[in-house]
Amino acid sequence: MAKVIFDEERCKGCELCTTVCPKGIVVMAEERMNSKGYHPATVIDMDRCIGCAFCARICPDVVIEVEK
Amino acid sequence: MAKVFERPKALTDKPFHYCPGCAHGIVHRLVAEVIDELGVQDKTIGVAPVGCAVFAYDYFNCDMHEASHGRAPAVATGIKRVHPDKVVFTYQGDGDLASIGLAEITHAATRGENFTTIFINNAIYGMTGGQMAPTTLLDQVTTTSPYGRSAEREGYPIKMSEMLATLEGACYIARVSVHDIKNITKAKRAIKKAFEMQLEGKGFALVEVLSTCPTNWGMNPIEAFEWLEENMIPYYPLGTFKEVE
Repeated sequence: MAKVIFDEERCKGCELCTTVCPKGIVVMAEERMNSKGYHPATVIDMDRCIGCAFCARICPDVVIEVEK
Repeated sequence: MAKVFERPKALTDKPFHYCPGCAHGIVHRLVAEVIDELGVQDKTIGVAPVGCAVFAYDYFNCDMHEASHGRAPAVATGIKRVHPDKVVFTYQGDGDLASIGLAEITHAATRGENFTTIFINNAIYGMTGGQMAPTTLLDQVTTTSPYGRSAEREGYPIKMSEMLATLEGACYIARVSVHDIKNITKAKRAIKKAFEMQLEGKGFALVEVLSTCPTNWGMNPIEAFEWLEENMIPYYPLGTFKEVE
């Protein structure tokens, strides 16, 4: 059981986190934008998250917190 | 549930101004995590450069000092000599460190000044609009090398780590990258080592971090990391060039 929390207002939509998730569950939220005008990163299926924190480690804007 | 990853305390809450996907943010976080892990936040003094990272003093949650272009090692020398009990680091880009600041970094290293330098090499001048840097690769297109850098015209890219590793005063010189998780982990280990060397009073320590500039390279952040791996690492090999026991 793990949980990833995105501080969406900090996200700049660089998409780096989507490239490192071993489960492929980190995607860009195409249906919404933050106040900067970027589609923020999000997780589509939190139940499959293993809490490896790879997404958080590659994020250049420290958007992501991980709980396990 | 327990937090397995959270914002390090040595970073302020202020959002970075860097472009999307710029690796400066990753390296800022690694430095802050090392400061947290070593428990030295209340006695750390950082020196910010001129360049994209000029606002680093807003991001690190410790005492910070701004230096004029390239002079961070001279400022850090003064701070460390007056406050030998403090942990002092400079954070500098390639335009700052390898061009206008070449004298300061070289002499700080050869004097064996006991501070730590984090050197960001992204092979271009970022803040001023993507001009050729001393570290720009041969054939790399920039705004001031529109047909690609030529060895005949502009000379060869400078390998700072290899050069500084020849100096007696340097105790630890390493080159790392942050283009994937494995390398980010290695980069953090090297940064920690460089701070530990200072705590042990061994002399000058520098970590060169290969980084990206998606905006001025004209790529998206994912392509930029691929370009780094394919083009920068062959010319700027990763590894430890000097480590004093």
